[in-house]
Amino acid sequence: MSERLHLWVNGQEVDLPVVPGEMLSDLLRYRLGLTGTKIGCNEMECGACTVLVDGEPILSCSFPAVRAQDKHVLTIEGLSKATEEAMKPSTEGSLHPLQEAFIKYGALQCGFCTPGQIMTSYALLLRNPEPSDEDIKTALKDTLCRCGAYPAILQAIKAAAKAMRTGGPVESPVIPPASKPGKYVGNVHPRPDAVAKVTGHAKYTDDLHFEGMLHARVKRAMVPSAIVTRIDVSKARALPGVVAVLTAEDIPGEHNHGLVIYDWPILVGVGERVRYVGDALAIVAAETREIATQALDLIEVDFELLPVVSDPVQAAQPDAPKIHPNGNLLKHIKVRKGDVEQGFADADVILEHTFYTPMHDHAFLEPECSIARPTPDGRMEVYVGSQIPYADRQQIARALGWPETRVHVIGQLMGGGFGGKEDIAGQIHAALLAHATGRPVKLLYDRHESLIAHPKRHATQIRVKVGAKLDGRLTAVETELYGDTGAYASLGEKVMTRATTHSSGPYEVPHVKADCYAMYTNNPPAGAFRGFGVMQSAFAIESMMDMLAERLGIDPVELRRKNALRVGSVTNTGQVLRQSVGLLECIEKVEAEMRRLGGPNPFEPKTVPGAPHLRRAWGFAVAYKNTGLGGGAPDKAGAEVELRRDGTFQVRTSSAELGQGLPTVLQLIAAEELNQSPRRIEVLLMDTDLTPDGGPTTASRQTFVTGNAVRYAARALKELLTSELSERYDVPPEQVRFVEGLAQINGHALTLQQVAEEMLASGRPPVTSYTYWAPTTRPLGEGGDMHFAFSFAAQAAEVEVNTLTGEVKVLRMIIANDVGYAINPLGLRGQVEGGAIMGIGHTLTENFILKDGQVVTDRLARYRTPSIVHTPEIISFIVEHPVAEGPYGAKGVGEIVLIPTPPAITNAIYNAVGVRVDRLPVDQEMICKALNNC
Amino acid sequence: MRFWNTYVLAHSIEEALDILSHAPGSALPVAGGTDLLLEIQQGEHEPVHTLVDITHIPELKRLEETEDHLFIGAAVPVSRVAESPLVRHHATAVAEACSQIGGPQVRNSATLGGNVAHALPAADGMIALLALDARAEVASLEGRRLEPMENLFKGPGQTALDLRREILVGFHVPLRRLHQASAFGRVMRPQGVALPILNTAVWVERHGEVIGDIRVAIGPSGPVPRRASAVEAVLRGQPCDQETFAAARRAIRESIRFRSSPLRASAEYRYHLSGVLLEEVVIKAWQRTLEPSVVEAV
Ligand SMILES: Cc1cc2nc3c(=O)[nH]c(=O)nc-3n(C[C@H](O)[C@H](O)[C@H](O)COP(=O)(O)OP(=O)(O)OC[C@H]3O[C@@H](n4cnc5c(N)ncnc54)[C@H](O)[C@@H]3O)c2cc1C
Ligand code: FES
Ligand code: FES
Repeated sequence: MSERLHLWVNGQEVDLPVVPGEMLSDLLRYRLGLTGTKIGCNEMECGACTVLVDGEPILSCSFPAVRAQDKHVLTIEGLSKATEEAMKPSTEGSLHPLQEAFIKYGALQCGFCTPGQIMTSYALLLRNPEPSDEDIKTALKDTLCRCGAYPAILQAIKAAAKAMRTGGPVESPVIPPASKPGKYVGNVHPRPDAVAKVTGHAKYTDDLHFEGMLHARVKRAMVPSAIVTRIDVSKARALPGVVAVLTAEDIPGEHNHGLVIYDWPILVGVGERVRYVGDALAIVAAETREIATQALDLIEVDFELLPVVSDPVQAAQPDAPKIHPNGNLLKHIKVRKGDVEQGFADADVILEHTFYTPMHDHAFLEPECSIARPTPDGRMEVYVGSQIPYADRQQIARALGWPETRVHVIGQLMGGGFGGKEDIAGQIHAALLAHATGRPVKLLYDRHESLIAHPKRHATQIRVKVGAKLDGRLTAVETELYGDTGAYASLGEKVMTRATTHSSGPYEVPHVKADCYAMYTNNPPAGAFRGFGVMQSAFAIESMMDMLAERLGIDPVELRRKNALRVGSVTNTGQVLRQSVGLLECIEKVEAEMRRLGGPNPFEPKTVPGAPHLRRAWGFAVAYKNTGLGGGAPDKAGAEVELRRDGTFQVRTSSAELGQGLPTVLQLIAAEELNQSPRRIEVLLMDTDLTPDGGPTTASRQTFVTGNAVRYAARALKELLTSELSERYDVPPEQVRFVEGLAQINGHALTLQQVAEEMLASGRPPVTSYTYWAPTTRPLGEGGDMHFAFSFAAQAAEVEVNTLTGEVKVLRMIIANDVGYAINPLGLRGQVEGGAIMGIGHTLTENFILKDGQVVTDRLARYRTPSIVHTPEIISFIVEHPVAEGPYGAKGVGEIVLIPTPPAITNAIYNAVGVRVDRLPVDQEMICKALNNC
Repeated sequence: MRFWNTYVLAHSIEEALDILSHAPGSALPVAGGTDLLLEIQQGEHEPVHTLVDITHIPELKRLEETEDHLFIGAAVPVSRVAESPLVRHHATAVAEACSQIGGPQVRNSATLGGNVAHALPAADGMIALLALDARAEVASLEGRRLEPMENLFKGPGQTALDLRREILVGFHVPLRRLHQASAFGRVMRPQGVALPILNTAVWVERHGEVIGDIRVAIGPSGPVPRRASAVEAVLRGQPCDQETFAAARRAIRESIRFRSSPLRASAEYRYHLSGVLLEEVVIKAWQRTLEPSVVEAV
């Protein structure tokens, strides 16, 4: 065989030496710099790496580069110039209709899957110019989108196909604006980063390259519980190409990290304790990733194995082995309202049942990646997609023993986070190695490592006891939760607090008692994950509400309506809800649509004509979720807005964009306040040198908290400009107005460039900053406002159960979310649909399995996230009960969207076939056995 | 070590066998790589010194009807197998099975040869070939031979072929005659591994209102794939009705030893599903026996 590799990439001839072991994706990404082709798994599961070879879509991550010998390869970078005939160049520079449609329909969020989605769709359209929904689902079956943009992707492909057939423009989607749209807020706007994302030009951390960059890998314990008795790195150090191998003793600063409690060793040293399989023992930096990987195998480690604590109930036993010096209890969380004994005494009916939810992995499509780079002035730059840049800075600096300002975190685009990029992952390791070697160091996790190492959703056992009157009024709810917080605290206490305070549901209950035991185990740590504990407790209480409705013979919707929180209600933590409680309207909206589609008895099973073994029914559930940190934690965000010399504006805050659409929200808010179109406004996020601290991107807080900071900063800037101009031109401020690109002063117009120039010249830079403090909240147990806002939702799901096999499908979903105000309707739709799809995944496909502390689901092939084939028809209603303090009335949406989905589905399963699912995910075998006595 | 040192695109069977038998270190044929390369990448298979890519060998890419059989080349991507009108007609079960392997991208690489040589007890394409009584054409340093499918397997994931000196050229499937038909079905679990918890392929020949002849393959039903002959015996000569299916379900219980695999399915669930699936697939094939025996227009 020739020693040279010859092929065409995007129409250009390439002739390079053959590299043994090279996959096509490596060639494209690392030798040709075509980083639009993404790597989500490297195991043929996710489709992110899809490119076309001679017109056929293939997975480039497992396609040997030499197999493309003499062939034509088309990547996302080549698409905008490609036409129907795979390789022929057409109108230079213009977007392909698919790219245009993906933007218009909001078919991308984090954008990491987007190149793969577009290439797969393109291959479909080459063969089938008029695909049906079924054709599209078949073609995109294994091209995963963890943001769940599937409904929009489907519509975008159809719109693009039509445009290509007719030669006309891509039709716009029909998305209703907010009820009271402003000039910009409340209207449909594409994401500012959309073009970069659909063309493959958007850069994520692994797409960056620096001169002299080393590649790092982490030696992990892979035993869940042990004392390290020996680590010998001498052979690894001696391997040619290895530049540094570090162990705990090489850490210059503090040895532990953590978001709340510093209990997580950066590296576990000799004599120290391993608490889970992902614990890091040594880190290697080498000239290539391959050498670094080889070096890991040369590191010798001995352990003294210790017993494994593998579940939270076991961890709570008095004789359980102690995982941390203070024992296994991270926190006992209590909620008390009224007198629960009295409540049960008042009840006509009492029910009790225990529910179980498993760990879940975020499975963001972009695995963790950090690059640390020492700078000549003695500082450290860290490039990373992180949900909390300032916390990263603080933790990296601590480990280096440096003042925080010597560390500069430069946030990158993130291929999804969902809470899983709050804890620090490779950032510290990369920085330690960069410090030791004086060279830039990239630390990229592979999917396997990502699944093993980062914190998960808490597996939770929840016992619920409810008491009610015959008319359905709840008299008491008692819950007892055991949460598996894994090896380290992470955000465990906060997550389990949310689980506990929400465990009696969005209902006004006179007597409540909730106890939660957040327990350490030898499982991977559990931390933040979209829904923050509330997904778990909602599954329990909403299942119980249906059980209660059946026992009482009351319609499940009616039962919820009767007890629903409303304005004036007192929550179980003693908070009086004074405003913005849209739950009843959500219930009404969903109920009406459900009865329209499912008839007067949507909860009655119906047999599919011609298929007597298929049974369908609807199920219903509701939920609420706090916006903001709450519980007495100071909740603030800083933002700056600047008018730049070129007459455009820049909005700056460190808040993070994980794909959820924060830049659009901030852009629209600034546009509205400044009366300038969004294209004049650039949003810069996540840079600890350049952007003020926006706080963590968690708890659905950014639209509210950072949104307000930007709003007030923009207002302040407008006032500054106004007063400047009114003084200068000696006119009353009312006579200064701003229109697109111009300031109008009493009939006379200045361009914004001129305004900027003049202000700079007079030494008064046109920039303002604002720190917004959200309304104060009170800690749990003190009564009063524990949270400054809540979002509410109702969902109905229609399922079809195969009574012969137990298989379950979700056919349709109806969703209503009270979000206060829909600032960004296109992004909101993406959140709503994506949340429901993640909820479907949590119910049907996802199960993070551990056996004695070892991760069984350590590949994407074993941890399955929902694909387009699981995507039902989704009908969504936006309910807007504004919260006075929120920007234009808005509150959080990021989490509420997924919370009611699991119980809506499992309630529907019960209604269809009479089998109660009390353990997630739904086990079709269990259903089948219950129905067939097998 | 790297995944491989040398990757050769072979252009003839002779070349492939020559390189395989003379390569300095380990050597293996590779087709789509959707099993082999994945396992190497995941560290579940040792890196291989020399990989011989057989997908450029014209003979292995043939898909054609001869006088007495349909030939499906071992290196034809399963996407092409699934869409081929010839396969859809003569070997409907194979087309159905291939259309369900992985997603479109995987199907554009994966081959039937690899599906069979990987020797898993529930590979979809392999189970369908088994029910169709296909014979595998094997090329070795000594020459060519035809082997019944059953002879190709030694144990779970272990082929009986010696891949240093033998490769699969393709599969000979008997042509479909009037009143014959085949079908394939499977049940998946939405969680866990990509393999089906159960699959079933059936070939049937109708004699009036009775099942004149039948072949059944069920996976995974043992360490190596084989036909369910006790089940076939119960169905043969019987009408396609509930009584027959009840007898078939008993025969499944008596003759097949399903295993419980903790993350996929218990044996009891498999027994139950197997009866359900068998009935579904037999009926599907039975209904097809009345189709006209011509290949649909290309
Ligand atoms: C995401 C994904 C989903 C999948 N889903 C399914 C599924 O639903 N059902 C299913 O059955 N399988 C599935 N598979 C498995 C796989 O795609 C099939 O087994 C495939 O048919 C293997 O063919 P290949 O050409 O890729 O084999 P390769 O990986 O190239 O080879 C497999 C083995 O066969 C040997 N070999 C290959 N060709 C020959 C030949 N001509 N002669 C001798 N030996 C040969 C190789 O040496 C190797 O040992 C899936 C795989 C992936 C990655
Ligand atoms: S990166 Fe290739 S399939 Fe996931
Ligand atoms: S947009 Fe698809 S994974 Fe994020």
